[in-house]
Order: sequence, then C-alpha cells, then structure tokens
Amino acid sequence: MRFYQALLYLYPASFRAEYGQEMATIFAQRRRDTNPLLLWIDVFFEVLWNALRVHADILAHDLRYAGRTLGRAKGFALTAIVVSALGIGATTAAFTMVDHVLIRPLPFPEQDRLVKLYEDHSLTCCKDYDVAPANFRDWKRMSTSFESMSAYRGSMVDLVGQGEPRQLVASVVTGDLFSTLGVKPILGRYFTVEDDQPDSAATVVLSESLWRGTFGGDAAVLGRKIVLDGNPYAVIGVMPDNFKFPTRDVLLWTAARWRPQDVSDRTDTWFYGVGRLKRGVSFEQASAEMHSIGRQLEQEYPKQLAHIGVTVEKLRDDNIPDRAKTMLYALLGAAFCVLLVACTNLANLLLARALSRRKELAVRAAMGAGRERLVRQMLTESLLLSIVGGALGVMLAYAALPMLAKLVPVYLPVAEVPQIDLRVLLFSAVVTCGTGVLFGVVPALRVCRGNDSNGLREGSRSGVGGRKERLRSMLVVAEVTLSVVLLVSCGLLIRALWRVQAVDPGFRAENVLTLRTSLPMPRYALTVARQPFYTRVLIEARQLPGVTGAAYVTYLPMVVGGGLWPVEVEGHPTPVSERKSASSRFVTPGYFSVMGIPLLAGRDVAESDRADGLLVAVASQSFAKFYFPNENPIGRHIQFGGAGNRVIVGIVGNIRVRGLERVAEPQVYMPYQQLPDGGPTQYAPKDLAIRSTVDPATLAPALRRIIREADPEQPVSDVRTLSNIVEQQTGPRRVQVTVLGSFALIAFLLAAVGIHGLLSFAVSNRTQEIGVRMALGARSGDILRMIVWDGVALAGIGIAFGAVLAYGAGNQLQALLAGVKPNDAATFASAIALCLVMTVAGSFAPALHAIRVDPTTAMRGE
Amino acid sequence: MQDSDSLLPLPSATFHILMAVAEEDRHGYAIIQDVAARTRGGLKLSAGTLYRSIQRMLEQGLLIESQERPSPEEDDERRRYYRITPFGAAVARAEARRLTELVRLARASGFAPGRA
Repeated sequence: MRFYQALLYLYPASFRAEYGQEMATIFAQRRRDTNPLLLWIDVFFEVLWNALRVHADILAHDLRYAGRTLGRAKGFALTAIVVSALGIGATTAAFTMVDHVLIRPLPFPEQDRLVKLYEDHSLTCCKDYDVAPANFRDWKRMSTSFESMSAYRGSMVDLVGQGEPRQLVASVVTGDLFSTLGVKPILGRYFTVEDDQPDSAATVVLSESLWRGTFGGDAAVLGRKIVLDGNPYAVIGVMPDNFKFPTRDVLLWTAARWRPQDVSDRTDTWFYGVGRLKRGVSFEQASAEMHSIGRQLEQEYPKQLAHIGVTVEKLRDDNIPDRAKTMLYALLGAAFCVLLVACTNLANLLLARALSRRKELAVRAAMGAGRERLVRQMLTESLLLSIVGGALGVMLAYAALPMLAKLVPVYLPVAEVPQIDLRVLLFSAVVTCGTGVLFGVVPALRVCRGNDSNGLREGSRSGVGGRKERLRSMLVVAEVTLSVVLLVSCGLLIRALWRVQAVDPGFRAENVLTLRTSLPMPRYALTVARQPFYTRVLIEARQLPGVTGAAYVTYLPMVVGGGLWPVEVEGHPTPVSERKSASSRFVTPGYFSVMGIPLLAGRDVAESDRADGLLVAVASQSFAKFYFPNENPIGRHIQFGGAGNRVIVGIVGNIRVRGLERVAEPQVYMPYQQLPDGGPTQYAPKDLAIRSTVDPATLAPALRRIIREADPEQPVSDVRTLSNIVEQQTGPRRVQVTVLGSFALIAFLLAAVGIHGLLSFAVSNRTQEIGVRMALGARSGDILRMIVWDGVALAGIGIAFGAVLAYGAGNQLQALLAGVKPNDAATFASAIALCLVMTVAGSFAPALHAIRVDPTTAMRGE
Repeated sequence: MQDSDSLLPLPSATFHILMAVAEEDRHGYAIIQDVAARTRGGLKLSAGTLYRSIQRMLEQGLLIESQERPSPEEDDERRRYYRITPFGAAVARAEARRLTELVRLARASGFAPGRA
C-alpha cells in the first residue's frame, strides 16, 4: 500500500490532493481480488502512463493560459524575450568559441595520444624550435614510447596549368604522417614509406576543398600529373575537409623525400615533429624519455647540439597562445556577466509582474487553485519566455560566430568558424531552462508565500512590502556591479588597443603597395636567373605615374617574423648562451627609402655589391647597440649564418619585424646579389614594395601587367597595402574590443532599464506619499532630488562593488593589456562617470512622473 | 453554452463514464464496476485513467461533483459522487448519434450485419 502511495507522487500535487485518497481506496479493493504480481506490474505502468498524461494536460493548459496572458502584456513579453535572448545568445556564442578552441577534442582519433616534438633552444631562443631532420631520425630510432613519429613543415608551392598560376599553402610531410594522425583519405590513398624515398616519384595528396574547387571534384584526378613549382607530381589521394594539418589553410601535401644532404647537418632545422604515444604510455613518461634522448645526443654532438634539448607538447595544448586563452576565458566571463545581468533583469521583470498580478493570483487561489498549481503556472510562463528567448539567442550567436572566428588562433588544426552542434545546443538548453526556472520560481514563491488573501484584502492597491522592494533593489545593485566590471574591462582593452596602435613600427606604412611574386623554383634558383626579372620589374614599376620607389625584399615585416641567423662578431667571441640571432633579409637597393626606414649612418646596399665583390651588410641600430656598444660599427666584420663573413657598411633604424607588440631581434640586410647560390632559396627576395604619391591600390593592375609581361608563369599573390598589413596587427584586438564592448553595452543598457523599472515602480507605489509630501509643502525640486537620489544611492553601491571586482578582472586580463595597468585611473573614472550618467538618465523619467503627481488626486486614493 | 459537437469524437473512456453516471450519481469505484459490468468485463478502467478523465470532464463541464450524499449507512466520507450535467447528456447523445451514423455506413458497405 505504501508503495502505491509513493507511486502516486508521480502525479502532480494538485491531482494527488484531489483524487489520491480515492485512488488508494480503489487500489485496496482491487488488491483483494487480483493476483498480486500482475496487479503490481499493471499498476506500475498504469500510474506511469497516466501521470505523464496528467502532466501533459496541465502543461497544455498552462501554455494556453500563458499564451493568453502574455498576449495581453505584449510589452512585458517582448522585453523579457529580448533580454533573455541577449543573455543566452552571448553565453552560447562564448561557450561555442571556448568549446571549439579549448575543450573539444581535435578531429583526430584518440587525439590525446598525439604530441608535438620540438628542439628545445630555451637558452638562445625558445622551447618550440624547428627540428633538424638528422636529429629527428635519431629521436625516432632511439625512442620506445611512440607508436609512430612523423615530421612535417609548412611550405608554399606554385600551381601552374590549372587556370591562373597560383601560389598555394602546402605542407611537406614524412610518409607516415597521415597514419600517425589516424586520418583516412576520402579518395585514393595517402603516402606510404615507398613514396617517401629520395628517389621515389613525386606524389601529392590534395585537400577536399582544392579537389572540389580546382579539380571539379572529379575522381579521375587520381593518377593525373599536376605541375607544382615546375615539377610534375602524381595525385594519389584526397583528404577530407575536416583534416586541417598542420594549419587550417593547407591545401595539399607532398612527401618529404629527404636526400642524404637533408639529414646530414644537425643544425639545419626546418621541420616539426608529431608523434602518437603507444597505448599505456603517459605523456610524462614520453616526455622524460625524450629529455634523456636529448641529453644523450647533446653529449654525442657537443659542438652542434650544445644546450639543445627536446620539447614534447600535447597536440591539444600546442599552438594556443596564452593570450588567446585569456581572451576566450575573458569572453566567457563577460558572457556570464551579461547572462547574469539578463537574469537579474528578468527576475526583476517577473517579480514586478508577479506583484502586479497579486490580485489575479489571489482570486485564483481563492477559487481553489493550489499553491503548487500557481507556482507551476508562473514557471511555465517564465520557461516559455526563456525558451523563445533562448531560441532567438542561439540564432543571435549563430549570426555572431563569423566575427568571433577571428579569435580562433590560426595555427590550430580546426575549422575557422565553429559550428553550433548538439553539445552547444544542449548547453544553451540548460542555460535557458536554468534561467527560466531560477528566475521564474523566485518571484512565484515570493508572491505565493504567506496568506494569499492579503492580495484581496488590499483591494486595488497593490501593496508592496519593504522586503520585496529590497530584493529588487539588490538585483539592480547586482546589475550595476556587473556592468561596471564589463565597462572597465572593455575600457582597459580599448586603452591597450590605442597603445598598440600608437606603437611606431619603424617604417612608414602609408602609400605603400606590396605583393608577392613566388619565383617558381628551380627556374629562379640562381641569382643570375633572378636578376633580369628583378631589374625589369623594378625599372618598369618605377616608371608608373605616381611611383616614387620600388624594391624587393626577402620577407615583409610583420608578415614573416622568423628567418633568424646566428651572429658571431670577429674579435668578440661570445659564448652560446649570450649569442643573439639576428633577422636576415636580402634587399634590392632603395628598399629603405621605399619603406621609410631611416638610414642613420653609412650607406644603403648598392647594385655594385655583387656576389664576387666584398660581402657587405646593413645592420639595424639595435644590432649595432648590442654587438658594438660605444664603438663605430661601420667597417666591422661579422660572421652571419651561412652568408659568410661580412663588413657592415650602413646602420638603419629598428623596425618591428615581429609585429607591433613584440620587440624584434636585431636586423641585418644584405644585397640581393649576395645571396649564396645553392643556399636556402626561400631567402630569395619575393616581396615587392612600391611607394607612391597616389592611392597605392590603383597601381595593382599595372603591376600585374608588368609582371605578366616579364614572366607569364609568375604567380602573383598577397596584393595588399603596407597599412593593411599593419592594421592586421591590431585585428584581433579590435575584435576583442568590439565583442567585449558590445557585451558591456548590453549589460549597461539592461542595468539602465533595471534602474528605470525599479524607480518607476517605486514612484507609482509611493504616489500617495508623494502627494502628502507635496501637500505639506515639498517643492518639485525636493521630490525630484528624492527620487534621483534613490537611484544614485543604488548605483553607488553597485559601483563600489563593481570597481573592486573590475580591478580583479583587470588583473586576470593583464596579458592582453599591452602594459596598461589594471587600475588605470582614467578607465575607472570613465566607467564610473558613465554609470552615474546612466543612473541619472534612468531615474529622470520616473522622477518627472513623480513631480507631476497631483496632491489632491493622489490623496483621494487613500 | 458550448456546442455539444465540439468535443466529438469522445474518447471511449469518457463515453463509458457518461453512460455509467447517466441514471444515478456514482463514485469512482462504482463507475469502474459499472463500466466493467456493462461491457461484460471487456473494459476495466484503471484508477488513473478514470480520474484523469474525470478531471478533464469536470473542466469541460460534462460532470459536476454531486453535493447530495447517499444515506449515511451507505456513505463513505472519502468518496466523491459525480453527476452528469445537461451538457454532458447532450454530448453523450451527440456521440451516440455519431456512432449510429457510422454503423449505418458500415452496414451499407457490408462491414456490419443487418439491413443497409
């Protein structure tokens, strides 16, 4: 019997109260004349089924009722839906981003067993240095922790013969890379070890997007030869679209086919390693093994590998800069702030509505609706609102994602724009229902608590207990607090953006057009082959109207940050630990004037600096200061990487090679004719820069024509202005500011609405009191001050709390602040001032309403 | 007054309950027994189905709770008695008409015995 009583709890309380006893009686009667086992089975499913039906009946009834009442209060419904859409939309978007970048497993099977391997050059540079194939082979041979270990590097290749010549992002990989990552091709096959021998035929694997876009998705592409960098490659397979390794922009893969000379030099670092751990081997074990292998190799090759170790990184953690992490967590935090503000606003709205509906509720209670039914009815209403708001919010988030995608780090092997999938929808559903329940149930319980007859007795006056107004005041304080936090955080990021934008890059970016001609190898491998091309293009470019200068350079600043060569100064033997690498570039004469880099001493490189003449170099001021403090650097000799012994002939200003926010290594420039033949061809100058007195973008067609005439098979890419390149530096920051700024704006407006709503409500409830005051001689000014002061007092408390929290938030954001202090006084002052203005503005309308109160009418109501 | 056709077709439990209270007020268990007897044991309403139906029928105005109690020796205080309303009777008649018409059509098609 007790079990049956317990089963009855599946029914809604109102139903149970109404019929429970009778049902129990019937059950008792049935028990007398039925087989107990059958009875129990029957009863169990019967109760389950009917309870569900009763709940569904009530839900349908409540939904109809909610639809009717909300239809009558359209303004309220609309506000509540928009408020919850904003909160849920912000949270959904932020969660999608965090999930995409930080939480979701990478799209490789058993991705937690994948690690990246680097040479550890902590002493001279960094922990994640490129790997020399010679060392990689030894790592692979000596280690036991790995199921497989592969190497890869990024590259650019020219595709000729498929429409316009094009330069494509590619990757050179060892034959086992795809099997290490565990991803299968959608067409054909991937590389085998046989494809990866020095004498194997050249083969290429295409990405799905290249296959569909350039080869029309034709399966007959398999076996076809395509021309990459002037050499034929046989297509053997196509990888699926979600395979984006090592970066998301890679379009094709070729096999490494290391020749003996590629694996002979232990300092020739140009690959990266990726490995799959054996089952049961932990990351720590593998890491320890690789460290000891690193030490062993260091002892074996003390000259080449001094102070060089091995770094093992989990693939999932790698490539996500700390700043990107900080930003994403800041985004999530800000989104939760918006959600909280939205929720408090919603609670406030629902509470106000519940209070104004006290009479209706009291009538319904008097007519026999139980408290449970009333609470349930109100919950249905708030859930309905938040579900509609939630659906709207998910749509908002979906629309916002392409903009947020700028916050996804480039070097992450995942798609750029995250998808809203089932997990995200589930998250939003939880947030939505949580919002609805939490902020529907509080007002519902508060209103239904105590004796419902009060509502009737007070007649038309909706009496407001002091306690309820206190709760609403607390909610408003919370809103102000959170919006201060968001305003200050956003303000700090704006200050940081300004600071970064004000950084002098060391060159003048205005009116410079840049583009890249990829110099297909091996046609352009030798200086003599390149020179006529440079000469012709530069001479013709300089003749274009408005052009004041043109020059070629190895890599444009801020586009490629690397290219570091070790420096040794003659007569200054420096220990390895104190050596500093310098960025090396080969340039044509006139490069400094085109870029607006000041020549401080000595001379520019010249056409007369030929390969067979004196080897010269122009160094940056920072180079001179580091290697020749208090000395004249002109005429001094340096040993610079593989470029030989050079004499310094000029000193130029420093530039920010690595971007606005990083101090670059010292820079060394060498004449374009002195790039040693047979050396690294990637240093052959490929980037053209043109300074003009006219809008540089208008020069592009003429330049393309000049290049096409000089060499019809020369791919032209990356046509953009130098200002554009510099602006891209602050692109992520601008996105951050926009996103956080819009969150702050939403919270700020919601808080204003909250203050306005609370004061309006208070004024309408204090009409009599105000009437009495006026009758007793209070002037309009006094009343105005009284109401505005109420608002300011609330805002003041919120601001005080908010300022403390904002300081904490600023500390967390420090990595993003580019040196702006988290307690930046100007930012705090502006945020506080904004809040006060918002408060006064929000309380003004209710205050004006209050002073228009007519004392006689107001007091007649008493 | 609501249109008596608006609730048609009636769920079979609802129709049976209306028939059970057609002649006299009955309490829940009596309704179950009456329905079982009328259908010769073919339909045994469960308590849940019964009271769920009753709750809805009260809302729809097909039934009311009877305020008259039977003689004290037969009365059980815990029991509620249900009485059919004039609207309930009208709805039951409409349902019966609907079913008669249906059977007439079935006969014409040869699905049911009797004259077409």
